[in-house]
Amino acid sequence: MAFTHLLELEDVHTDLSLKQGVLRAVEGVSLYVDAGETLGIVGESGSGKSMTALSIMRLLPRSGRIARGAIRFKGRDLVGFSEDEMEDIRGTEMAMIFQDPMSSLNPVYRSGWQVGEPLEIHRGTNVRASLAAAVALFKKVGIPEPEKRAAQFPHAFSGGMSQRAMIAMGLTTSPSLLIADEPTTALDVTIQAQILDLLRTLNRDSQMATILITHNLGVVAGICDRVIVMYAGRVVEEGRTEDVFAHPQHPYTWSLLRSIPRLDAADREPLTPIEGSPPDMMQLPSGCKFHPRCPFAVDRCAKEEPDLVEVRGHAARCWVTQSGASLDGSPRAGSGAR
Amino acid sequence: MSTAPALVAAEVPVGPARVGLLELGRTHPRVVLAGGLVLLLFLVALLAPFISPHDPIAVNADNAYLPPLSPGHALGTDELGRDLLSRMLWGARVSLPVAFVAVAVGLVAGGLIGLVSGYFGGVADLLLMRLIDALLAFPALILAIAIVAALGPNLTNAMIAIGIVAIPVYARLVRALVLQLKQMEFIAASRSLGATPLRIVVRHVIPNLLTPVIVQVTLSAGFAILAEATLSFLGLGAQVPTPDWGQMINSGATFLENDPWLAIVPGAAISITVFSFNLLGDSLRDALDPRLRS
Repeated sequence: MAFTHLLELEDVHTDLSLKQGVLRAVEGVSLYVDAGETLGIVGESGSGKSMTALSIMRLLPRSGRIARGAIRFKGRDLVGFSEDEMEDIRGTEMAMIFQDPMSSLNPVYRSGWQVGEPLEIHRGTNVRASLAAAVALFKKVGIPEPEKRAAQFPHAFSGGMSQRAMIAMGLTTSPSLLIADEPTTALDVTIQAQILDLLRTLNRDSQMATILITHNLGVVAGICDRVIVMYAGRVVEEGRTEDVFAHPQHPYTWSLLRSIPRLDAADREPLTPIEGSPPDMMQLPSGCKFHPRCPFAVDRCAKEEPDLVEVRGHAARCWVTQSGASLDGSPRAGSGAR
Repeated sequence: MSTAPALVAAEVPVGPARVGLLELGRTHPRVVLAGGLVLLLFLVALLAPFISPHDPIAVNADNAYLPPLSPGHALGTDELGRDLLSRMLWGARVSLPVAFVAVAVGLVAGGLIGLVSGYFGGVADLLLMRLIDALLAFPALILAIAIVAALGPNLTNAMIAIGIVAIPVYARLVRALVLQLKQMEFIAASRSLGATPLRIVVRHVIPNLLTPVIVQVTLSAGFAILAEATLSFLGLGAQVPTPDWGQMINSGATFLENDPWLAIVPGAAISITVFSFNLLGDSLRDALDPRLRS
């Protein structure tokens, strides 16, 4: 038990070999999660957040490969594990739930059977016993009439109900790490809140570590202890959630927070989107990958890429804040405004 | 309310949903009708030795060319005085097994190719699909004729040939379905829960293929019967004196002007059989298609 963190990624690089060349989806990501903690990973589509999660689970697409780095889970480096060894870990010690609950359950099986399946795979539990476990889990994740529901096929489930069933499925073997990839994206807002509440309760009660991948900052603010912001495959900012939200030290995070519509904004005040579009991952800009869109960019940003270093209480990858300037809502004149 | 969860769970059904026959008959009467026809055909094949009024290969030159509705010979006799009704009933014993074996060959070989191709992709997919393209490049019947000609004309080789011709349909169908299924998150979910590739294919992929494959099986059974009759008509399938529909049409064709029933009777048998299978396939497709389900 000589490990400091439950899960620790150190300088992980994941490449995707595509026809057009090698896409560096994850570029030197380091992070850690402890038991009972919820870590949020935020970023826009293509920022590498899902690839980071799939690297941890070693479920990368065929074209994907962990090129460099270490993924230490309970002190063991998963990068060197064989597929067989990974199959033993998946579903027992770590589990993952996905974005689209409606297609997450196999339509030809009764939901109870599926939810109990991991027990059958890993512990050789018989069908009756794993069904009993599934019913108990349905109750735990707040599915009403669990006995009746377990006998139903997935088409009879609503989106929120399916996501609860998926969470139950992830919990069957009481894993120490649960990775939730956009678990609430496909659900409507009231159901989102219920699912997040459920995740938080489970996390607190069972000391399970949770990695929550989302592009929704509201979700992060609601339940994450710490947050990692990713851009172009890199971690650009990391810290305690309230810290990062109150004093973002990277312009990308700052822009993200500013682009959220506010109810207390002045009447007819326009929304402030982030200028430009996400970078082409095959042709990344030089220097800081965010500089073409950054309202604070200085000359140095286009030449050298900053490291992730401590700036006022948490880590950020930005020359501007590292040099002592602050992001105070009045970006350099001439950019940002048209 | 329950106190012991184990007891409660014991009452939770595990198996597939059971659709009552009555329920099916009410919602999809065509399936029941077509299924009944096909069942009847199988019964005829099974019971031919008991229900045939005469020996199908017993030659009786005195009774040759009797027209239908003759006393003792309901459908008449052929040029050698053999009872046509008996030959027609016995003919089912040839056609149905041939169709069964041919479809099995096509399903197993094509299904495996489709599964491997779709699930594993890559080089295997590329090579297997080019093989299928090569098979598809020939018109089905021409290819079957060529295969039988190469292997030698007999019933076994006819089954193999028709089976080979049926492979591409299954390979392509299964591959397309697997490609679609692979994108479903329940596949990713079961991988993330530690299921092995074999388990995923057997427990999660194959059960989802069954519905469309069952439909295809009934449809291609109709094709197989027609193909077998064609091969036998050309002398490449069942050999004399085996009572076979295709071969009966062939010998009857000579007498088409004066005694047309010699060809019409086996022709009708083929039509009815193919129609029954196609009707079953068609109505099953409608009944099992979730988009058409009300």
